[in-house]
Amino acid sequence: MQAFPYIPNTDADRAIMLERLGVASVDRLFEELPAEHRDPQINIPAALAEADLVRLLQERAAENVVDRPTFLGAGAYRRFVPAITPHLVSRSEFATSYTPYQPEISQGTLQAAFEYQSVVCELTGMDVSNTGMYDAASATAEACLLAVRVTRRRAVALLEPIHPNTVDVVRMYAFGGDVRVDTVRHATDVTAEHACVVVQQPDFLGTILDVEDASGAAHAAGALCIVVADPLALGLLRAPGDAGADLVTGEGRDLAGPVAFGGPSLGLFAAREPFLRQMPGRIVGRAQESHPPAGASPGAAPRTGYVLALQAREQFIRRERATSNFSTGQSLIATAFTITVQTLGPQGMRESAELCYQRAHDAARRIATLPGFAVVERGAWFQEFLVRAPMPPAALAMALADRGIIAGLDVSDRGEPEAREATMFCVTEAMSPAHVDALVQALSEIGARS
Amino acid sequence: MIEDVGARLSFDRGAPGRRGVGVPRWDGEPAALPDAHLLRESVRLPEMSQNEIVRYYGALSRRNYSVDSGTYPLGSCTMKYNPKVDDLIASLPGFAEAHPLAPAEDVQGVLRVLFELQSHLGEITGLPAVALSPAAGAHGELAGMLIVKRALERRGELAQRRRVLVPDSAHGTNPATAAMAGFTVQELPSGPDGGVDLATLEAALGDDVAAFMVTLPNTLGLWERNIQRVVERVHAAGAFVYGDGANLNAIVGRMRFGDLGFDVVHLNPHKTFGTPHGGGGPGAGPVCARAELAPYLPAPVVVQEDGRYALVRPADTIGRMQQFHGSIGVLLRAYAYIRTLGCEGLRETSGNAVLNANYLRALMRDHYDLPYDRPVMHEVVFAGTRQRRRHNVRTYDIAKRLIDYGLHPPTVYFPLIVEEALMIEPTEAESRESIEMLAGAFIAIAEESERDPELLHDAPQTSPIGRMDEAEASRHPVIRWRPREA
Repeated sequence: MQAFPYIPNTDADRAIMLERLGVASVDRLFEELPAEHRDPQINIPAALAEADLVRLLQERAAENVVDRPTFLGAGAYRRFVPAITPHLVSRSEFATSYTPYQPEISQGTLQAAFEYQSVVCELTGMDVSNTGMYDAASATAEACLLAVRVTRRRAVALLEPIHPNTVDVVRMYAFGGDVRVDTVRHATDVTAEHACVVVQQPDFLGTILDVEDASGAAHAAGALCIVVADPLALGLLRAPGDAGADLVTGEGRDLAGPVAFGGPSLGLFAAREPFLRQMPGRIVGRAQESHPPAGASPGAAPRTGYVLALQAREQFIRRERATSNFSTGQSLIATAFTITVQTLGPQGMRESAELCYQRAHDAARRIATLPGFAVVERGAWFQEFLVRAPMPPAALAMALADRGIIAGLDVSDRGEPEAREATMFCVTEAMSPAHVDALVQALSEIGARS
Repeated sequence: MIEDVGARLSFDRGAPGRRGVGVPRWDGEPAALPDAHLLRESVRLPEMSQNEIVRYYGALSRRNYSVDSGTYPLGSCTMKYNPKVDDLIASLPGFAEAHPLAPAEDVQGVLRVLFELQSHLGEITGLPAVALSPAAGAHGELAGMLIVKRALERRGELAQRRRVLVPDSAHGTNPATAAMAGFTVQELPSGPDGGVDLATLEAALGDDVAAFMVTLPNTLGLWERNIQRVVERVHAAGAFVYGDGANLNAIVGRMRFGDLGFDVVHLNPHKTFGTPHGGGGPGAGPVCARAELAPYLPAPVVVQEDGRYALVRPADTIGRMQQFHGSIGVLLRAYAYIRTLGCEGLRETSGNAVLNANYLRALMRDHYDLPYDRPVMHEVVFAGTRQRRRHNVRTYDIAKRLIDYGLHPPTVYFPLIVEEALMIEPTEAESRESIEMLAGAFIAIAEESERDPELLHDAPQTSPIGRMDEAEASRHPVIRWRPREA
């Protein structure tokens, strides 16, 4: 029998074990399974040795083109992540543990989660945070369901411009919960039918909003205000909690590591204190030892530790009456996010956010000076801006592709008048200045030829 | 004095002015910042040097038990070895740096891997319509139940079929998912053999039932002997059979849900395909369905046409599960695991997982009660009832004592239908010697419970911290750092 590297038992081991069981073969252990369907033909390729596997996947990885200058953002941003982040989260004590059901031997995961909750509260200006959800969009959908539960209203409002995939995900969850989803153009369109209004900060087309306008309108209608915030932008922008937000979600993936084709992600989920017991997901709380080990210093005070708290909200206890079916989340990504934010610290978060802002504004300023190009005015913005070129967005993307550059996102099919004929470019703090130079040069050549 | 690590968070460490990393200066022409009312002063965060951060998180990591530290027999959680080469593959820059909105021609490599993974999972489950985008098992369940809901809607039966049947031995996510999908839940008591009781099922079925959710093998680690009749009856009543594929690791390569007539299942790659659990994620939750249900799959799925791969939105999709395409890093690892083992290797994983569980059952059976005394699949559920009755020792105490033997405790008090449950899953990744060591520890603890029950009540003694007052942590929750009162 072929030996597989992840299976230690040998034929000799199996013989000893089977003898103890009084069973003739391993296959005999499966005799309860219906014979007519047992051991089906399964068409998957034969086993590969490690060296062959690596070679194959290196070939596949090389079929992706990732070294060209790219100006796509729209929810996935190239961010500066310090080297210690991947180093620390690749420690196998973090990476290969389970959900911390046994706090005595899971303090690493638990305390890191408490750090994460603290960091998210500080960034968002909220009172409480869970340990993280799947991604920004699903966290936003869960926030909408929380609003539905506490207001007992059966509709939610999403303020445009908002990421179309967020709308899609909220609609999917709303299909489950039989909730109506309205997209609205103005925060003042929120009515007494709506459980909440969801606001993206900065909005989908890049503009920085005054969250207070939205929260004021929501509260006037008796609805909650949910803000989907970019966490790096929160190094610079007013905390949503200080502007009246009731719940804040956001995407943590890009401060945790590379964009990785969009996942695994990390959904931030923070709330004002009154919603604590309505929150979905895991929550870690501080606790004291009740049984100090004999080895601890005699007479010493009980030590401080961390445990999964408020579990009576969760599916494994409350079952069909749980606040959510949420179980496994994004623990390791949350730890990576925490380490990045704490390594940047208060100065680094501000400087990184400002660097992002300045690099993007510099790129926009240079593009605006090119003949035939215009940057659309939409108020203060952070890292994404709309460009109108002397040709339609599709033609612009092709012309840039011919020069080895991936354009921004074509947003010309959107309803907003500013998006007409526009491409949305994204420049972040982690983008190479040489790539921006190449873009400006390429646009200048394209403009001259048109 | 030894530091009380838990009492000092990062926020209480470091000093004003320290920093962990430098940020490039902007030395170009500065643009004016937005109006002051849109900005903040600063974010309150720790100020630590890089060395302090590394030592702090290093200290935290050493306060964790992990699969790489030793046997981790959490039943139903399937903590098996996580191949390191799979981590390497997921971190290849060609995968890690790909933007989710990049033009399809720039991401053919990753799309091809995802397409092949869809096809392999379709083969493994016998359910060919596969979507990879759910972020975790429970998320995959939600996708699966919404596929059922959409199918009922299209049949014009949604208004009528609002009830979902779930065995009382099910994972808590099953009833919670059915409720999130908008159904009412009816729990069915298990039969005397621990399986679905046909008479109970038949009595509960009716033209208002949307689906029956079943875990196979079930959460007692037992094969459902009536599974074919169960599927038949549910289908005869016009309802769907939803499979919780959490325990696929027991039967992978040997039996396919599709061949048994299941309509939809979700899978947990960390359980069957060796992806790391990360202390609570990230996971992934692929959903696999019969071909007729393909139009309802969550978006996106990968298709191939003329040798080119592309992401598409199924015709009548339930929608997106998350912003982008799924937990790609986890899915790449699952793909690598499947390619390393092939069909024969996967069959060996289920064979050895089941052999190990039965061997453990044989070694321990004289020392603990076995509420369902049948040969098991991938895990075995004992009960600490004897120890409770005779020595006032609870399963909780037995679990804590196991920590002093350098082992992770099993799952306890689940499934809910077993009193003082000890649910032990060794997995195929443990050797015969480590199964014997695990059984030896359990047997020694059973003896200690007779001789010196206080030893168990005071356990653990060797862990970084002792037993915690968990009730108080929920009564008066402190869930974030606050500055100390001056």
